Amino acid sequence: MTEPIVTHYGPKAYDDHPPFKYPDYKSTVKRSPEKDMVHIVQTLSETSGPGPAWAEVSEEDADLTTNAGTGGEAIGERIIVTGRVLDENGEPLPGTLLEIWQANACGRYSHWRETEFPAPMDPNFLGVGQCITDAEGVYRFTTIKPGPYPWGNHPNAWRPAHIHFSLMGPSWGSRLITQLYFQGDPLLPLDPIYNAVPAHSRERLIAAYDHDVTIENWALGWRWDIVLRGSAATPFEEDH
Amino acid sequence: MADHGETPSQTAGPYFSMRLGSEGQNIVAAPGVPGERIRIEGTVIDGDGNHVEDALLEIWQANAGGRYRHPDDIRDEIALDEGFTGFGRAETEFASGEYWFETIKPGPVPDAEGEFQAPHISLVVQARGMLNPVFTRIYFSDEDEANAQDQVLGRVPRGRRHTLIADPAAESDDPKVYRFDVRFQGDDETVFLDF
Ligand SMILES: [Fe+3]
Repeated sequence: MTEPIVTHYGPKAYDDHPPFKYPDYKSTVKRSPEKDMVHIVQTLSETSGPGPAWAEVSEEDADLTTNAGTGGEAIGERIIVTGRVLDENGEPLPGTLLEIWQANACGRYSHWRETEFPAPMDPNFLGVGQCITDAEGVYRFTTIKPGPYPWGNHPNAWRPAHIHFSLMGPSWGSRLITQLYFQGDPLLPLDPIYNAVPAHSRERLIAAYDHDVTIENWALGWRWDIVLRGSAATPFEEDH
Repeated sequence: MADHGETPSQTAGPYFSMRLGSEGQNIVAAPGVPGERIRIEGTVIDGDGNHVEDALLEIWQANAGGRYRHPDDIRDEIALDEGFTGFGRAETEFASGEYWFETIKPGPVPDAEGEFQAPHISLVVQARGMLNPVFTRIYFSDEDEANAQDQVLGRVPRGRRHTLIADPAAESDDPKVYRFDVRFQGDDETVFLDF
């Protein structure tokens, strides 16, 4: 019988990620596991995943300024957000599905639970998009710069401007949901969700302004690369 | 080697369903896909015993023949089933914290030693208030013999194994309904897996 290929992934870099429990972000307190995780040997169940087979998107999905289907354009500062999706070995990850969601230019989400913040809605902006990386691992969205918005975590709490990113990479273990932030945002030092990330890896969440991406007379450009778990360069020892 | 550290995880927040809403994605197997039709349902529960009104649950599984739709699963002697990717997505009900999937029971897939694993479905849960995903597996209580041989279950302390095993609801037949609750904390905290 043919044997499946079991690509071995290195240990997950937990130290690069936020902790499960971070009391400054209050909702984590009751939603974080407290018992030890159980370590298992990777099998095809962990090293395969839906990313390669699952994605189906159209080109229009990557332009959030026009994809509301109204024929009108979203209001706000038009931006291009682009970059590469790589693994830890620096290899590009083609065929990765990226799904994004965000607030409008005023900081308001087009979601039924958004009821508290008295900022205007934009009928021409849904705030959702998707695309798939090309052969070089490149993704590219056209959108508007989201506004900051208040939330109930603590008095006078505001989220920095951000775009939510979901990535379906090559394996189950590389599933990632994260957020893109913008270089220079004065709210970053005050945000417990951002600051939950260890200091050494925090800046990996920040998109940089890139004048080469900016399109004259049209849109400002931001660049952000995303790194997913990669295969182990050399097979590592499993404890048996 | 260049420094390419992992991009850190962040919470999905309260609004992920704008883009990652289920919209039928919790029906993993359309009618006609080979295999025993099952429904998995449960509640996601926090450390206070309250339901979690905004959790995202995703599953990944092999087909009834035990094959994954993935380039690394090169076992061409096992057919892929048209219309079945093995991936599903559900969000919990706001009012109840309940979720459900309709799918087929997966076949056996190989383990690290070339033996077969007990039938299982991989599950990842994310939510507002979670800075990282948690990974687990759904096993089936009517697979006692296979479960007893399973390497992953074998690593789980005996007293916690029940948290990974879905029980059939009484009086369910077609589809057979299994119950699988996810608990983030407490005595019956679900076993989460590191791999
Ligand atoms: Fe947000």
